[in-house]
Amino acid sequence: MDTTLLIAAAIKITVFIGITMSFVSICVIFERRFSAIIQDRVGPNRTMLPLSILGFKKDLALPIGGLTQPIADGLKFILKEDFTPSYVRKFFFWLAPALVVVPALLTMAVIPFGSPMEIAGDIFPMAVADLNVGPLYIFAIASLSVYGITLAGWASNSKYPFFGGVRACAQMISYEIALGLSIVPVIMFFGGLNLGHIVEEQVKNGWLLLPLWGEGLSIERWLMLMPLGISFIIFTTSIFAETNRMPFDLPECETELVGGYHTEYSSMKFALFFMGEYAAMVVGSALIVTLFLGGWSIGFGVDSLLPSGAWWVSLLHIGVFLGKVTFFILFFILVRWTVPRFRYDQLMNLGWIVFFEAALINVFLAALVIAYPSIGIIGVTIGFALLITATILLIIIAKGATKKPSATAV
Amino acid sequence: MSEDAPANTATAEKKLPKDLAAEKGMVNVQIDGEWLQVPRGTRMIEAAKLVGKEVPHYCYHPKLSSPGNCRMCLVQMGMPPRPAPGQAPVYGDDGYQEIGWMPRPVIACANTVAENMGIRTTGDLVEKTREGVMEFLLINHPLDCPICDQAGECKLQEFSVEHGRGESRFKETKIKKPKNVDIGKNIRLDDERCIMCSRCIRFMDEVAEEPVLGFSQRGTHTSVTVHPGYRLDNNYSLNTADICPVGALTSNDFRFQMRVWFLKETKSIDVNCGTGANTVIWTRANEVFRVTPRQNDDVNSAWMPDNHRLSFNHFQTDDRLTVPMIKEDGKHVQSSWLEATARAAEGLGMSQPDEVAVIASGRLSNEELFLSKKIAAALGTELLTIVPRIGESDGKLISADRNPNTTGAALIWGTDDPAAKLDTIREGVSSGKIKSLLVLSEDLLEEADFKSEDLEKLNHLVVSHTHANPTAAHANVVLAGAGFAEKRATYVNVTGRLQRANQAVIAPGESRDDWESLTALLSKLDEDYTAPASMDSILNAIASEVEEFSGQSFGSIGDLGMQITETGVTIPLVEQERARIDSGQIVG
Amino acid sequence: MAIIKVERPKLSAGEKIYFGAIFKGMIITLRHAFKSFFGKTTGAGELNSSGVGVTMQYPEQKWDDKLPEYYRGAPALVTDEQDRERCVSCQLCEFICPPKAIKIIPGEIPSDNEWAKVEKRPQEFDIDMIRCIYCGMCEEVCPEQAIYLRPDYVITGTNRSEMVHDKKRLYEIGGKRVGLVNKWNDLK
Repeated sequence: MDTTLLIAAAIKITVFIGITMSFVSICVIFERRFSAIIQDRVGPNRTMLPLSILGFKKDLALPIGGLTQPIADGLKFILKEDFTPSYVRKFFFWLAPALVVVPALLTMAVIPFGSPMEIAGDIFPMAVADLNVGPLYIFAIASLSVYGITLAGWASNSKYPFFGGVRACAQMISYEIALGLSIVPVIMFFGGLNLGHIVEEQVKNGWLLLPLWGEGLSIERWLMLMPLGISFIIFTTSIFAETNRMPFDLPECETELVGGYHTEYSSMKFALFFMGEYAAMVVGSALIVTLFLGGWSIGFGVDSLLPSGAWWVSLLHIGVFLGKVTFFILFFILVRWTVPRFRYDQLMNLGWIVFFEAALINVFLAALVIAYPSIGIIGVTIGFALLITATILLIIIAKGATKKPSATAV
Repeated sequence: MSEDAPANTATAEKKLPKDLAAEKGMVNVQIDGEWLQVPRGTRMIEAAKLVGKEVPHYCYHPKLSSPGNCRMCLVQMGMPPRPAPGQAPVYGDDGYQEIGWMPRPVIACANTVAENMGIRTTGDLVEKTREGVMEFLLINHPLDCPICDQAGECKLQEFSVEHGRGESRFKETKIKKPKNVDIGKNIRLDDERCIMCSRCIRFMDEVAEEPVLGFSQRGTHTSVTVHPGYRLDNNYSLNTADICPVGALTSNDFRFQMRVWFLKETKSIDVNCGTGANTVIWTRANEVFRVTPRQNDDVNSAWMPDNHRLSFNHFQTDDRLTVPMIKEDGKHVQSSWLEATARAAEGLGMSQPDEVAVIASGRLSNEELFLSKKIAAALGTELLTIVPRIGESDGKLISADRNPNTTGAALIWGTDDPAAKLDTIREGVSSGKIKSLLVLSEDLLEEADFKSEDLEKLNHLVVSHTHANPTAAHANVVLAGAGFAEKRATYVNVTGRLQRANQAVIAPGESRDDWESLTALLSKLDEDYTAPASMDSILNAIASEVEEFSGQSFGSIGDLGMQITETGVTIPLVEQERARIDSGQIVG
Repeated sequence: MAIIKVERPKLSAGEKIYFGAIFKGMIITLRHAFKSFFGKTTGAGELNSSGVGVTMQYPEQKWDDKLPEYYRGAPALVTDEQDRERCVSCQLCEFICPPKAIKIIPGEIPSDNEWAKVEKRPQEFDIDMIRCIYCGMCEEVCPEQAIYLRPDYVITGTNRSEMVHDKKRLYEIGGKRVGLVNKWNDLK
């Protein structure tokens, strides 16, 4: 095998995991400062670099105090007593945090961070593994993290963690279906599963939700926005549910379950859950950006003007990509402080009755739009009529399913 | 009577209530609308007490004569109107005459009840009267409750809350009187607080029989003083502080020590002499603050001698033994109970039965005396004694026998004189015949005429005591014991009354209740003996072995004790009191 | 008690999708975040805040000048105009103190003292500030106007015994208080 390829892979792994991990820290400081600002508070603004313990005269305060807060947080987690209660199932108790973090980091492998870079005549794609089954890989790996959470809940051998674990399990499995179905239209549209190709397609012909250049300015493309928009909404919401973020953070909702599945965890083991959750958030954001918002593309046809393969272009693209991810992370936080937490039955209703059906119909809708050139207006009309009938039927069935038995009927 | 009443109604004329009562030497009285029969000659205040109506009073005390000078107990009284000559009294349907209420109140403490009398302890007139009396009493009262020791148990505070006006109309200057006057060894006088109830004067005159107190001046200037040239140094003077309804007389010992509302009351008995006066021990946080007498008409009436009352201070000193000690190389070193008990048992058990003696104490409780008898039996010795303490009776409450439990020792050991063998033991120790000695709560050198050089001859000396003392200095093993307030135990007083002392505080340091150390020692000496789990089982064991105690337990004794035998000894003060009750001087 | 039946509001089809409401909510949150970031939220000015939100930057900025007269901080003993300690150790505060923070050992004033007629004063007066809950019951119950809750709230110590205020410290905090009822001297 080519040694340069190996070395490049090693470097990419290191760099991208580093980027993800530092993004986790950035998430933490953003979460804390942005939350504070929303709530008229200040947030952590005092942390300095404690140079005085190294013998310097003064601690170094960065221009915006508190930027080093994640370091302090991390140090605190490492230095705290790592307490394992006597009644837990030790092996699984120790295994669970790792099972949460590892899948979240693994999924980063297929995300294209930037445009391919040309070094010494070889072209390196800016993804650790440029797989042809990117989204499938992501779903396969991401669903493993549910094992971590369920194991944590079960191995804690305690009531509330167990509830948390069970909730997480049910919730993540439910939303995976909507998640998977919702990107079928996207895949149908692109006709492939390689994330790198999907991004390059968007570079040429407009972002999926912003088809303003290249071939994007056609009627069919704009018609396609309808199923793709529905896809985007379902996909984004399901990502919230998958990452256990507000408003779907029922597995760890403190009013009911103390801390949820990580109630019994302390120190670095708790920090791993924390990191896993934020890493999942980063990966989720990256996936949304890649699929719907053009990935690393600057957009508006600017990318094609830049020299392809130059190292600085690649870096610029990486920067753009990270900027978009940051925007989404802020969006995550904004949602957290806007939408109140769901009730568990509402959560399940939303997943199984609304999103599942909507995603299913959406697939056919997308198919109709894509098939329009080949089956003609009559075919589309018939198909559309069938689709509306099916939709109405589904709504009636769904209504019947959610209807509670009335008191008089009993 | 009630059985044959219905039969009578059919034939004979129906008997009136007054006749029914008269048959029993009773009279009918209506108190606040309720009719009841009370013995003829009862004071109105006592009759009201029978139906649970408290009439507020200051000067009245059942153990003292009733001068009726505080006017607090004014109640409304009514009698049937006297019929005109030749007219027959009219009886209502219920058999009583109609009561004609008097327009002015009478004092309830000095008036006795009469047939068909009516008493109102409430009502507009009575309440107005009390308000007026309270206002007069408070005119010259300094209201220095924050610094007054009586606060919290002050009748003036209580009654001004219950019956007072709430605010004073007195705008003139209050009369100043001497405060903080030193009138005796134990008593301090504050004349401004005095309400002239004269209880203290009467007590000193009638009970203590040393009338040194009296009133001087007149009108609002009246004040209690000691007569010129006299001091209130009587040994019963602290009782005046007890009966003083206000803070005029306070105890020097208790002065400014602690507010009474912090103190926990534990019923106990005095163990300084054979009388065994009933007491209340007042404690807070394991510290005894004062001891006051508790009324028991068969033992100490409501009084107590000062020196006995203040003896608790003796147990709150620095020379208390707090840990068991063992003598090693001529020096006492601290030890553990396990080791000290083992060492004591080993030393005592090594000697021949005729070389061992046990000296117990008349200050020990029944349970401890019983255990000491068992220990003597386990050692096989006949030499078991107490140390006698014979003083002089003061003709009131202090008995000639200063040991609180000589009677108990005699009963439990089954001898007439439990102190009989002391001389034999003393000689045995002196001649070297006795090699080992167990001494319980006694200081042989100070109290039993032993000689220091004789004790040196002993091979093994075990001393159990509460304080460090010269005898303990000779001991091979010293066991730390508990004082009287620190243990729950029973005693038999000189009259043969079984009485109970309750634990008020916990013994200091590691020192143990004596029954615990004695049972531990006994189970080392006698392998068949199993140590009881509690004090109660020892008393049960006594009850099953000693005839007089049969059926007795801590529960059965009660707060006032139980007469278990008759010794023929009487308590002078109780006899004097009974004579005064019989002559009608006091209520009793 | 009557039963009031609350009907759920009827939602229109548009409202049932919720996205409008969620979007509106996010705009409101965001608008508030901007206002807060630029220090424009309600009360930011008056509360002397740090510029971000209404939070006060504690050790540098303090409430002290805004504390009301009746602020309940550390309890302290006071002396009167003639420097007489007002406390006569009646122990009512010790009695009323809900967390039992006060411990008093009463003592007698020696007869050669100029205030000998007061007779009684505290020999020791300890308030355990770890226990104190600043309820002010001691101040309310005091018949001598001797104990007051002062606006001292920064009570720190590096060990437990430092947190027990003894008599000396209590008089230091309390200082002299004038204009109270004087029942032991002729100042009126």
